[in-house]
Amino acid sequence: MAPAFGVESIAMNHSRLTAQRLVALFLLGCLLFNFPLLALFNQGGEVFGIPLLYAYLFGAWLALIGLMAFVAERRH
Amino acid sequence: MLQGWVIVLAAFAYLGVLFAIAYRADRRADAGRSVIASPVVYALSLAVYCTTWTFYGSVGRAAATGIGFLPIYLGPTLTLALGWFIIAKIVRVAKLNRITSIADFVASRYGKSQLLGGLVTVIAVIGVIPYIALQLKAVSNSFTILLSYPEIVMPAKAGTAPLLNDSAFYVAIVMAAFTILFGTRHLDATERHEGMVAAIAFESVVKLVAFFTVGLFVTYGIHDGFADVFDRAQESARLSALMTTADTARSYGSWAGLTFLSMLSVLLLPRQFQIAVVENVNPDHVRRAIWLFPLYLFIINIFVLPIAIGGLLQFPSGVDADTFVLTLPMAHHQQAIALLVFIGGLSAATGMIIVETIALSTMVCNDLVMPVLLRMRSLRLQERHDLSGLLLEIRRWAIGLILMLGYLYFRLAGEAYALVSIGLISFAAVAQFAPAVIGGLYWKGGTREGALAGLSAGFAVWVYTLLLPSFAKSGWLPDDFMAHGLFGLELLRPLQLFGLTGLDEISHCLFWSLLANIGAYLGVSLLRAPNAREVRQATLFVDVEERGRVVGWRGGAPVADLLPLAGRFLGPERAREAFERHARERGLAAVEDLPADARLVQFAESLLAGAIGSASARVMVASVVQEEPLGIDEVMNILDEASQVRAYSHELEEKSRELERATAELREANERLRELDRMKDDFMSTVSHELRTPLTSIRAFSEMLFDDPCTELAERKRFLGIIVSEAGRLTRLINQILDLAKLESGRAEWSPVEVDLAEIARESADSMSQVYRHKGVALTLDVPESGAVVLGDRDRLTQVLINLLSNAQKFVAAGSGQVRVSVRCEGEFVKVVVSDNGPGVPAEERETIFEKFRQGGSVLTDKPHGTGLGLPISREIVEYFGGRLWVESDPGGGAAFVFTLPVFGDGGR
Repeated sequence: MAPAFGVESIAMNHSRLTAQRLVALFLLGCLLFNFPLLALFNQGGEVFGIPLLYAYLFGAWLALIGLMAFVAERRH
Repeated sequence: MLQGWVIVLAAFAYLGVLFAIAYRADRRADAGRSVIASPVVYALSLAVYCTTWTFYGSVGRAAATGIGFLPIYLGPTLTLALGWFIIAKIVRVAKLNRITSIADFVASRYGKSQLLGGLVTVIAVIGVIPYIALQLKAVSNSFTILLSYPEIVMPAKAGTAPLLNDSAFYVAIVMAAFTILFGTRHLDATERHEGMVAAIAFESVVKLVAFFTVGLFVTYGIHDGFADVFDRAQESARLSALMTTADTARSYGSWAGLTFLSMLSVLLLPRQFQIAVVENVNPDHVRRAIWLFPLYLFIINIFVLPIAIGGLLQFPSGVDADTFVLTLPMAHHQQAIALLVFIGGLSAATGMIIVETIALSTMVCNDLVMPVLLRMRSLRLQERHDLSGLLLEIRRWAIGLILMLGYLYFRLAGEAYALVSIGLISFAAVAQFAPAVIGGLYWKGGTREGALAGLSAGFAVWVYTLLLPSFAKSGWLPDDFMAHGLFGLELLRPLQLFGLTGLDEISHCLFWSLLANIGAYLGVSLLRAPNAREVRQATLFVDVEERGRVVGWRGGAPVADLLPLAGRFLGPERAREAFERHARERGLAAVEDLPADARLVQFAESLLAGAIGSASARVMVASVVQEEPLGIDEVMNILDEASQVRAYSHELEEKSRELERATAELREANERLRELDRMKDDFMSTVSHELRTPLTSIRAFSEMLFDDPCTELAERKRFLGIIVSEAGRLTRLINQILDLAKLESGRAEWSPVEVDLAEIARESADSMSQVYRHKGVALTLDVPESGAVVLGDRDRLTQVLINLLSNAQKFVAAGSGQVRVSVRCEGEFVKVVVSDNGPGVPAEERETIFEKFRQGGSVLTDKPHGTGLGLPISREIVEYFGGRLWVESDPGGGAAFVFTLPVFGDGGR
């Protein structure tokens, strides 16, 4: 039955898609929080008066948490 | 206001509040209104990860290394991103297998090995002891420092104060007493502690609020916000160095190492496993925790660097950076904030100690002590009905022991390290569980020996490269082996094992221990294929998703959810009608009365399956069902299903064996039928030959008489004689065939009376004498006068004897033939023998001659001597009267046909 297959695959794909998106975010986090990207920001300088490395790490961290929240809480 | 009694009172008041929360949560759980069945509470309770290490130690670490405190919190964030894969899977596995601790998990995965459970417990206890020492150190230091207010005095070195003056000792005792009271009030079969989880979630809020308050105070009270703090830091060369981290491979390597280590720890620390897995009430809560727990970590870390900088600006020297969180408010005479900080630190410590020691005591009790006690037959534990008291007692002692070991470590090694460094030693220890746990979750090839080897190797390396050096640094071990290696071998220096330099000691240990661990785990596992038990457990763990789909619904959903769902596919009216029917079947008045149970879900699913197919129906229903954790019943059901399948396959095997047997029998029967068919054919040709011979001569002679009316009288008479005798032969033949048919079908008429076989033998010999004389064969009789009386049919028995006599004369030579008849009474039988001196019967024909249509000699070469029915008929007759008929013969030495019949009289019938 064609429509049945459609309903099922949408639900299955959604759960699988969520998991895959989270894994992608995990990989993104591994990239953001490590050498060599870290080295790019590991120097003097400030953003709005906050040291660059400090601002970068906390900014990237918060952005990652935001993305994780968006992906995990999204329902179809 | 900060006198000693105020501080102590505040501390005990706080512990009292924890008790009240736990008590209330337990009561509400008993009433079925759980307060912890919320994803927010779950995420908050996960924050038990943040201990005094976070509360006091992070600032100390930041003051020394700048941003270097952060990997410990970035790692868990990354792990939670994988939470949907790993944590949710572990939770499902744990629910399905009723796992109560990480030791239980590992033991269960590798074939329920008690040895493995014990090993994990030992590693966990030893590994976590430095971590507990850290909490004791932090709480006792904060208490001592607060006590000296308004002066700021660093506490004396650990281990120098006498035992009874050591505040850490009292902290350990109070913590032990509190945990025992708190965690071992009653025994829960699932090892779940709702009250504890509620209290831990509350503690997470307290420590976050306390730390945030200090952060706000330092950043906005003492300074003018973040920018101001960092501006002032830039003015000092020493402080501005903290704004970046060393741009070296070692620094980045250490960063990555700590991130990796904390990724593992947030999953594998006994308390994290307890909270994240054992205390989880709903796997779906993980979804919310994925981002809420990292957000908590983010918030509690925002002010770490400002506080560190503020502290370094305030106290250029003389104050331990691990105490800045407390000493900064004290320096600014903020007594309330200082007390709040103390309480916050206390909550961070109690949270850790409660969960960690409860988790460890469960492991010590279930995986270490009880297996040993149960093996000691002399205790007769198996016979005791209620062991719960004993279990609680063991756990209480375990809690006390663990805290005392923590205190001991604090006295031995506590002073050599900052808070964070002590904690990292424990992190490296529990990281040893990773290959066995995570490998076991995704790889089915791991074996018990592999897990044992991996854990032992990793643990041994950890002890050598991290634990022993920590003792040596404190002067409790000679540091000779540190400088020159074990046995003076430079290659074995614990901090530069095999000459490896360029890593900090944690990364160094992590590298070597995990190398040994993973190497041994894989290497030993691959030595042999997993056995049946390991394969079964591996399947339960690795394929937990597939299993989950096999099981029926484990939860319910309210009508309010299911009815609209069904309505979407069936149309609202039809759906409502169907639900009303279902309600009536269950004896309920209205649709709204239907309980939200599994049966209702099942009904809705089957209803939907009719419209959109079963697979789609399951997915649609799954979207509204609140699944509950698996109970023991469900687990038993799964096992039942498996055993039913096995029973079915047994039955199938049995059936197929039966079929094979039946086939073989059929084939045999068919073979017999073919044989009979062939015999019938043979007989038909014999009989038709026999019939045609007399018919041909009758016809020939009749035609001659008919054609030639002038035949002479003598000739005519001879012809007619032949016709008469041939007709007689024809009649006999037909009679015998009919006779046999009657005998075989059981329609023969018998008239059994007492007959004397001797008399029959004489009569038969008389009636055959003409034939014998004619052929020139001598017939002798050896027959008693009387007494050979049997029960039988006279005519039939005469038929038998005449048959045998007739056969005998046919086979002996004319002129020299001799036939002898003897009748004897032998015991209960009368034995009749008809012997001759003919050619005898070959051994292979002694049975076949009694078969129908068979004759002695070859059918093709010899002229048939009779109908081939005489002997079968005789045997039928003899056997009818309870006797036997057979032939004894030596080839060339004549044949003797023998039959016996039971004597009539006392012993007869």
